[in-house]
Amino acid sequence: MRALDKKLFRDLWHIRGQAIAIAVVIACGVSTVVMSFGTLTSLQVTKNAYYERQNFANVFASLKRAPKSVLDHIREIPGIKKAESRVVAGATLDVVGMNEPVSGLLISLPPALSGALNNVLLREGRWPEPDRKSEIILSDAFADAHKLGPGHTISAVINGYRQKLEIVGVGMSPEYIYAMGPGALMPDDKRFGVLWLNRKAMAAAFDLDDAFNDVVLTLFPSAATEKVIAELDRILEPYGGAGAIARKDQVSNAYIANEMKQLDAMGRIVPPIFLAVAAFLLNVVISRIIATEREQIGLFKAFGYSNAAIGGHYLKLVLMIAVIGVLLGFGTGAWFGRAITTLYGEFFRFPVLYFHLDYQVFAVAALVSLGAAAGGALTAIRKAVVLAPAVAMQPAPPTVYGRGVLAALGLTRLLSQPTLMIFRHIGRWPLRTGLTMLGISMSVAILVASLFFYDAIEHMIESIFHNGQRQDVTVVFNEATTPRSITEIRAMPGVLYAEPWRAIAVKLHKGSKTERAGITGLETHTILHRVLDLDLTPISMPDHGLVLSTTLAKKLDVVRGDRVTVEALQGRRYTREVPVTALVEEYIGAPAYMQLKALNRLMGEGDLRSGAYLQIDAARADQLYRQLKDTPGVAGVTLQTAALITFRNTMAETLDIMMSFYVLFGGIIAFGVVYNSARISLSERGRELASLRVLGFTRGEVSYILLGELGILTLAALLPGCVLGLGLAHLMTASMQTDLFRIPMFIETSTYATSVLTVIIASVLSGLIVRRRIDNFDLIAVLKTRE
Amino acid sequence: MTELASLSSDEASKADATTFYIRGLTKVYPSGETEIHALQGIDLDFHKGELIVLLGPSGSGKSTFLNIIGGLDTPTDGQVRFHDTDLIALNDRDLTSYRRDHIGFVFQFYNLIPSLTARENVALVTEIADDPMTPAEALEMVGLGQRLNHFPAQLSGGEQQRVAVARAIAKRPQVLLCDEPTGALDSKTGIGVLEAIERVNRELGTTTAVITHNAAIADFADRVVVFGDGRVTEQRSNAQRTPVNDIHW
Repeated sequence: MRALDKKLFRDLWHIRGQAIAIAVVIACGVSTVVMSFGTLTSLQVTKNAYYERQNFANVFASLKRAPKSVLDHIREIPGIKKAESRVVAGATLDVVGMNEPVSGLLISLPPALSGALNNVLLREGRWPEPDRKSEIILSDAFADAHKLGPGHTISAVINGYRQKLEIVGVGMSPEYIYAMGPGALMPDDKRFGVLWLNRKAMAAAFDLDDAFNDVVLTLFPSAATEKVIAELDRILEPYGGAGAIARKDQVSNAYIANEMKQLDAMGRIVPPIFLAVAAFLLNVVISRIIATEREQIGLFKAFGYSNAAIGGHYLKLVLMIAVIGVLLGFGTGAWFGRAITTLYGEFFRFPVLYFHLDYQVFAVAALVSLGAAAGGALTAIRKAVVLAPAVAMQPAPPTVYGRGVLAALGLTRLLSQPTLMIFRHIGRWPLRTGLTMLGISMSVAILVASLFFYDAIEHMIESIFHNGQRQDVTVVFNEATTPRSITEIRAMPGVLYAEPWRAIAVKLHKGSKTERAGITGLETHTILHRVLDLDLTPISMPDHGLVLSTTLAKKLDVVRGDRVTVEALQGRRYTREVPVTALVEEYIGAPAYMQLKALNRLMGEGDLRSGAYLQIDAARADQLYRQLKDTPGVAGVTLQTAALITFRNTMAETLDIMMSFYVLFGGIIAFGVVYNSARISLSERGRELASLRVLGFTRGEVSYILLGELGILTLAALLPGCVLGLGLAHLMTASMQTDLFRIPMFIETSTYATSVLTVIIASVLSGLIVRRRIDNFDLIAVLKTRE
Repeated sequence: MTELASLSSDEASKADATTFYIRGLTKVYPSGETEIHALQGIDLDFHKGELIVLLGPSGSGKSTFLNIIGGLDTPTDGQVRFHDTDLIALNDRDLTSYRRDHIGFVFQFYNLIPSLTARENVALVTEIADDPMTPAEALEMVGLGQRLNHFPAQLSGGEQQRVAVARAIAKRPQVLLCDEPTGALDSKTGIGVLEAIERVNRELGTTTAVITHNAAIADFADRVVVFGDGRVTEQRSNAQRTPVNDIHW
C-alpha cells in the first residue's frame, strides 16, 4: 500500500467517531430511498404480474339489468379486446361466532374459467361443479379471518332468502387486493367477504336468466379509455347503467395507487434532507482536517506530489465515508423495506409479495449519495489543492475576529469573557453557524413532519367518528324504499334513534370538467351523520342546492354560488342545474351532499331512502343484529365501532413502524450535527480551551464555552425547526394527497414538544460524549505545540 | 499536628518566606517499553519575590519541573510544598483552584484567545480572581496601555506575549512561571517581554521562574539554576540583577 493510502486509513480511523456519525446520516437517506423505491417496485412488479396473469379488467360498469344480447353491442365498441358480463350483488352473511351481520359480495363465475377477466386465483380446494348452486369460492382474506375453508358452510341472506352455501374453494382476485366493504373506510376482513358462485345460481337468485347487471372489459393498448367509457355508458343507459369507471377509479386499484404515491413522495422528499446534511458535515470535517494538515500538505507538495494527488487523497477519504454510509443504508433499507412489504402483504391481498431488491435503485442511491458527499466536500478539497507549498508550511495566521454587533450595542461589558467567546465564535463563522443551525432545524423538522401523522390521524378520527359520523350502525337497503322502511327500523329492538339517507350516483359537469360522484341526501338537521364545514362545525343541509367537499369543488373548479350540472346515473336520469350552496371539508373520498327532500325532488321518483343511520342500545345490540340479518330488504350493515377499530389498527400498524424509523432518523441528524460541530470546535479550539484550563478554569467552565455555543445554536434552531417541520408536513400532505385520501394538516403542541425534546436529548448526548474528551485534555501537550 | 506548627518561630518565619519547598522530586514517563526519567530527585527552595532563571538543554527536565510546581502535572515521587500546601496530595479539582488562585503562566506560544481583545483576554482571568488589578492596569504594566482593544491577530508576536504576561499577572499571583517566553521572539521584542516580567517581579513581589535556553538572559535573575539530565547540576546567585536593557543576544 502506498504511504498516502496508509495515511488515508489512519486518518479515517482517527476521525472514526465523526465518520460514523456522517455515514449514519447518509445511511438514513439511502435506506429511505431503498425502502421507498424498493417497496414501490415490489408493489409495482407484483401488481402488474398479477393483473396480467388474471386478466384484470380496464373498464368496469354496473347496471340494473340488460339482456344478454346487449353484450354483443358492447363488443362492437372499437378498442375492446374482451368483454364479459356478470351478475354481482350484495348479501348479508351469517358467520358462526359473529353476532353482527357481515357484508358479502356475490359475483358470478364466468362459464369458461381459463382466460376469464378478473379471473379468480384458486388458493385451495376446487371450482364449484357447474350444476351445484350452493357451492362457492370464498375470498381468502375473509376465509383466513374466520378460519373457514373447503368443507365449511356459511349462511347468507340472498335477495331476501336465507341460503346455506358450501365452501369448496378459497381464492383471490386482482379486483379485491384491497377489499373494502360497503360504507367502510378501511378493509375489514372479518366483516366483508367476496363469494364467487356459478352464474346459474346467481341468475336464479336474482332473476337474471339470460341477463346481466355488471360488465367488465379489457382494452387494446391503443384504445382511448374515455371514448370506450362514453360509448359504453350510452349503450347501458337504457338498462340502468350507473356509469362505467376506468381501472384507475376502481377502488382496490386506486388504494394501491394511493399507497404507491405516498411511498414515492417519501422517497423523493426525505432523502435529499439527509444527503444535504451529510454533505454539509463532510464539508466541515474535511475543511478541518485540511486546516490541521496544512503543513503536511505543504510537505507533500514540496516532495513533488501533484495537486491532483493531494485532491484525490482527500476525495478518497470523503468517498470512503460515503461508501460506508451507502452500504449501511443498503442493509437497513433492505431490512426496513422487507418489514414494510410484509406489512403491506397483510392488507393488500397478493398471491405473493416479496421485497424486490432492485439494483437500479441501489445504483441510483449510491451514485446520488457519493455525488452529494463529493459535492459537499468540494470547496474544502479545493482549499488543499490551491494551497501553495511555501505558504502551507508556514503556520496559518491567527483567526481574525471582529468586535461584532455586541460591541456596537455596548453589550460586551455585560457578558463574561467566556460568554463573549461563545458569541464571537458564533459570529465569526456565520455560514457555518447558519448551516449548523439549519442541520439541527432539519432534525426537528423531520421529527415534526413524521410525528404529526399521529395527530393527523387522531384529528381525522375526531372529525370523522366523533364529530361527523356519530351513528353506531349504518344500514344499507337493497334498493331505495319508502319512509315506511325507516319506521320499521325504528321499531326494531335496541334502536334508539334512526336517521334516513339516500345515495345517488351522479356525474357533475362544470364547463369542460366532468366528475363522477355520489350525492348523499340527509335531513336538514341531523344528529348522527353530520356534515362539517371548514372549521369542522356541523352545518344543516340547505333547503336547496349542493354541498360539495372541497376536493370535489377543486376538481370541478367551482366555488360557493357557482352552478353545476347534475346528471343522475340512475332512476329517471334527469339532468338539472344546481347551485353550490356550501363547501365542506372531508378527508376520505370526495363526497357531495344535498338535503334529502331536495335530492328526492331532483330524482323525481318520490320520497325514497337508501338506508338509515342508527343509534342503538348496546345492551340489545345482539337482538338487533339478529333481526337485521333476517330482514330481506337489508343489503348490508356497517358497525361504526368496528370501523373505528379497523381504522385505528390499520393506521397504527403502518405508522408505528414508519415513525420509529423517522424518530430514529431525526435523532441521528441531531446527534450527527451536534456531535460533529462539537468535535470540530474541540479540534479548532482545543488549544484555547487548554489555555483556559491552565489559567485555572475548571472543566465545567471550559465545557461551558464549547458546549454553551452548541447549546445556544441548538436552542436557537428549535423554533425555526418547528416552522420548517410545519412546512415539511405541508409538503408531505400535499404530495401524498390523492382523490381517496387527504391527510389533514393538524399538529398538536405536544408533537412540537416531543420533537424538540428528542433533539435536545440527542444534542445533550453528543455533548456529553465530547465533554468526556475535554476532561481528558493533555494540557501540557496542547500548550507545547505550535498552532 | 502539622509539620509547620512544630517548627521553631525562626524556622517558621523562614518557611513563610519559602514559596516552594521541593525535595527528592522525581518524574518517570513510560515511553513504549522503556522509561524516561525526566526528573531524578530535585531538591530546591524558591523564596518569596525571587526571580529565578532555569537554564539547561532540551530534555534536561526544566519544563517538567515547571509543570509540576505549576500544578499542570504530578510527580512520580518526592515532595512539593507551596507554603503549607502539599501539592502531591491535591486532586484535579484542587489543582485547578491552585492554578486559578496562585499561579500565572506564560508559554512560548502565547496561547491567547483569538476571539477576545487584549483587554478581554486579561479580563478572562480577572473575572475569576479574588483581588485582581483591572485589565487596563495589567496591560499598562506591560506597556500595552494603548492597545487594549486589539485582537491577537492585530498584534505583533512580542505584543501578544506581553498580553500573555499581563493576563498571567493581572490576578496578582504569588507565582509567575514562564516557559521560554522569548523563544519565539527576536532579541528586541524579547527584551520588551523580559522587561515586563522583571517589572512585575519587582513591583508586585511575585516569585518568578523563567525557563530559557538562552544563557545571556540568566543575568537579569536573582538566581540561576542549571538543569542537566533531570538533575540540578549547578546553582549560582547573581550579586546584582543586570538591567534587562543591558542584555543582548
